[in-house]
Amino acid sequence: MAAALPRLLSAGVWPRPLRLHALLRSATPGTARPSGRTLGSAVAPAVSEPEGSNDLQDRILSEPLKHSDFFNVKELFSVRSLFDARVHLGHKAGCRHRFMEPYIFGSRLGQDIIDLEQTAAHLQLALNFTAHVAYRQGIILFVSRHRQFCHLVENTARDCGEYAHTRYFKGGLLTNAPLLLGAGVRLPDLLVFLHTLNNVFEPHVAVRDAAKMNIPTVGVVDTNCNPCLVTYPVPGNDDSPPAVQLFCRLFQTTVNRAKEKRRQVEALYRLQRQEAAGGQAPALPPSPGT
Amino acid sequence: MAVSCVSCGGVPSCRLFLGVRVSLAPRQALWKASTIELQTVSRCQILRLRHTTVVTTKKNVAALRRETYTVDFIKKQIEEFNIGKRHLANMMGEDPETLTQVDIDRAIAYLFPSGLFEKRARPIMKHPEQIFPKQKSIQWGEDGRPFHFLFYTGKQSYYSLMHDTYGKLLNVEKHKNQLQAKDLFSEKAKTKDLIGSRWLIKEELEEMLVEKLSDQDYTQFIQLLERLLAVPGGATGEEFVQRFRRSVTVQSNKQLIEPVQHDKQGRAFSTSHGKRKSAKAEAVVYECGSGGVQVNGMDYLLYFPVTQDREQLMFPFHFLDRLGKHDVTCTVSGGGRSAQAGAIRLAMARALCSFVTEEEVEWMRQAGLLTTDPRVRERKKPGQEGARRKFTWKKR
Repeated sequence: MAAALPRLLSAGVWPRPLRLHALLRSATPGTARPSGRTLGSAVAPAVSEPEGSNDLQDRILSEPLKHSDFFNVKELFSVRSLFDARVHLGHKAGCRHRFMEPYIFGSRLGQDIIDLEQTAAHLQLALNFTAHVAYRQGIILFVSRHRQFCHLVENTARDCGEYAHTRYFKGGLLTNAPLLLGAGVRLPDLLVFLHTLNNVFEPHVAVRDAAKMNIPTVGVVDTNCNPCLVTYPVPGNDDSPPAVQLFCRLFQTTVNRAKEKRRQVEALYRLQRQEAAGGQAPALPPSPGT
Repeated sequence: MAVSCVSCGGVPSCRLFLGVRVSLAPRQALWKASTIELQTVSRCQILRLRHTTVVTTKKNVAALRRETYTVDFIKKQIEEFNIGKRHLANMMGEDPETLTQVDIDRAIAYLFPSGLFEKRARPIMKHPEQIFPKQKSIQWGEDGRPFHFLFYTGKQSYYSLMHDTYGKLLNVEKHKNQLQAKDLFSEKAKTKDLIGSRWLIKEELEEMLVEKLSDQDYTQFIQLLERLLAVPGGATGEEFVQRFRRSVTVQSNKQLIEPVQHDKQGRAFSTSHGKRKSAKAEAVVYECGSGGVQVNGMDYLLYFPVTQDREQLMFPFHFLDRLGKHDVTCTVSGGGRSAQAGAIRLAMARALCSFVTEEEVEWMRQAGLLTTDPRVRERKKPGQEGARRKFTWKKR
């Protein structure tokens, strides 16, 4: 998580500082988010809200970072549940990608078996990161180019209030976004790949483009995929329906949980701010782990 | 558009140039910002604004793109239109409350008579929704998050439609499987609702979605809809599909059917005209007869010695299985033998329409018996030997 910390900290900051189109958006100074003290950005938009709320905002954003598993994503899955969903089944040994060898437990009758203990560890990191991004109101884009699960992925994205892209990926969508999607568009803060390969078994263009645009990625990598450019690879089966359904369910639950947490924390701090405005000294207890 | 640099105020006089409007639109950077120079004159130290506007010779790229209209602009146009409607009603002495578009068109045609041939160039007064093309408003909120979950695909309306249609297909198949599991499945053919309607064309779909589509996108969508219809069973997606069907007007309704007349002996007959190339014919078809054809007073065997021409004459009767049941008398002039035969055939077919059912008229129309052949002789052009034939090409 330390590697993506600056990016994480600037997730959810809108409008983006240091960008030229922000200067042209002269009509929206008041809607700038008052987060002037984030580490990743140099220039902060003008803060118009009082000092007290700024402290609370920092509190809201920094509190989850002090815990290793603030959203308790470990309880959502276990090695046994991964095994039951057939996540450990890889492709045949001939399809094996060189860089996936560290994640492979072994080979049985020519079929590669993925090491579920490593998968569990990586999955916990990935879900934790996703939860943090969702907590900080970042945009999450679910990407998959597998025709069998296109409908499922779109439904997952819609149900957790995020975005999906399971169709033909146009060339400059991320790298030339102002032209393709409109000027002043906000790019996704996290890309979640349910399938890293496209229909012709080549790496999806979005993996490389996200790396170019400094967007962190979470990806389910099978034994024939290249895990290099994925920030949080999750070695696992991406071809069986139970496995993909499990992953979709996990991501959906995590995102919903993180958003719910954010709503609770904001409501709590809003109440406390009202109490503070009423004259009492604000007592801000740290929010619990779950 | 190559205009040289325009600078004003060369003569040292106390003139201040104010009010030079320079629009600084970010994308349409044709006009660069004006420069203000301080110029002190020896006699009087007056701040003189020297405005220099530079026009670049670049192509106006922004103007080539679609003109974008803001929501406020459209609203203002609608308000102006409504006020203008009331003024118009006042002018024409009509009731402002019940003024319809037809009345408006009539009033405008009266007030602004135009001799222009192109109808679209004449003055119009229509609701702004019909004049300004539909455009997409800004697709995201204040925090930058797009409203639609498929925004990042680029074609959100089209893919959303595909998603919904596929969802519908899955539901229908699930329903069918449930029925089969309970043995309540019954094969019923319900394709009668689709006759007389056609699929949306690509332009209509683009208009519906306010998005550009490619041909492949369109064909994919139509194929998905046909898959949806192909699923047998009770719950078909017909109501969903009806939104994408348009009715086709039945052409044969426009066919003029001659009234049946009766001559002095009480025989029923029908008359009609026909033409082909420069031949004009008029045929009288009697309802009861033995199949004899009289052309210009002669028997058709003598008038048309060539079999091909007689075959042409018999074709309408042969098509309707009425060989030898009607008597025909016709007059023809102009053209050659083939043109005369074609003209008589058309005239006979048209006359036959009055003795035949509407369905058979539609069949005749689809067979091409009721259409005037538009082919005429093409003129010879100068520099060529004939209409198409060029003179012999000589290398040297």
